[in-house]
Amino acid sequence: MHIPDGYLSPSTCGVMYAASAPVWYLSARKVSKTLTAKKVPLLSVFAAFSFVVMMFNVPVPGGTTAHAVGGTLMAIVLGPWAATIGVSIALLVQAIFFGDGGILTYGANCFNMAIVLPFVGYFVYWLTSRGAEPGSGRQWLAIALGSYAGINAAAFCAALELGIQPLLFHTANGTPLYCPFNLSQTIPAMMIAHLTIAGIAEVIATEGVLAFTRRSLHLGLNTDIGKKEVTA
Amino acid sequence: MKGIKKLWIGLGLLALVSPLGLLASNTAWGEWGSDELTKLLGYVPQGMTRFGDLWHAPFADYTVPRAGDRPGYILSALIGMALIVLITWLLGRLLTHGRSLSREEQGQ
Repeated sequence: MHIPDGYLSPSTCGVMYAASAPVWYLSARKVSKTLTAKKVPLLSVFAAFSFVVMMFNVPVPGGTTAHAVGGTLMAIVLGPWAATIGVSIALLVQAIFFGDGGILTYGANCFNMAIVLPFVGYFVYWLTSRGAEPGSGRQWLAIALGSYAGINAAAFCAALELGIQPLLFHTANGTPLYCPFNLSQTIPAMMIAHLTIAGIAEVIATEGVLAFTRRSLHLGLNTDIGKKEVTA
Repeated sequence: MKGIKKLWIGLGLLALVSPLGLLASNTAWGEWGSDELTKLLGYVPQGMTRFGDLWHAPFADYTVPRAGDRPGYILSALIGMALIVLITWLLGRLLTHGRSLSREEQGQ
């Protein structure tokens, strides 16, 4: 889901930076109000997890690969605003040092994986876990639904950004200038990959880490750094 | 938070087994380089040749110069995590202005 440079027109990249910028600003403001020095290591460990889990490529139908992101996990543990910052840091390191995802497309990649993913994931989790007993089957189901919805929403956004390129940007004779695949190709390709294997990988990663942190760290779910009890 | 050490140990183990991620060697959909695109389409779109090589990452595709594929992948995971810790620490300092540090110390 890391869109490389050259796949999106510079104007699309500009729009996506413009879309991400206010969310980065709000995240920085929210997090600076509630982040304690104690929570910084927690943010870095989850950002590092997100980085590493994205290295575990899994084969998907169609002969390509995909991977989990760990963004909903971060949103559930630290809140969606902190997740935006955490995933953005992981994506920055991937783009600059490992060439995974472009520099011009960094805004778009952050919009998909650092903004849409954790916010959709968190919202679905919040909606479906309301009133559930901590640690109950329903809460684990809500975690699965949230992480599955989050990564698929992100994949859908990436498919839209890629798929509109040949419609908007082509030479006089119709040859695409950037991503050459239209929406009827990008949407099935991205969604089949993520509705099946990558979505399941994200659910497994999220549930696995949460089960581990609950037992070993006694870290509750919803230790949202935006909430009062953990900021005191 | 002492238990966070367990998480770092877990992450270290994940880094060690990260070459499992190389088993699925195919490129992700829509992340093809110019060679792969030429094979797929028979041409490389103009904009891609113009902007595709904008930036040359030091550890492109999670490889480390003079290290093999698998050691390079593990090293990449470790380098990436170290960079993330550094950036998060710097950003944390910037965002908290050292404020929460003193507040936390007072609280304890």
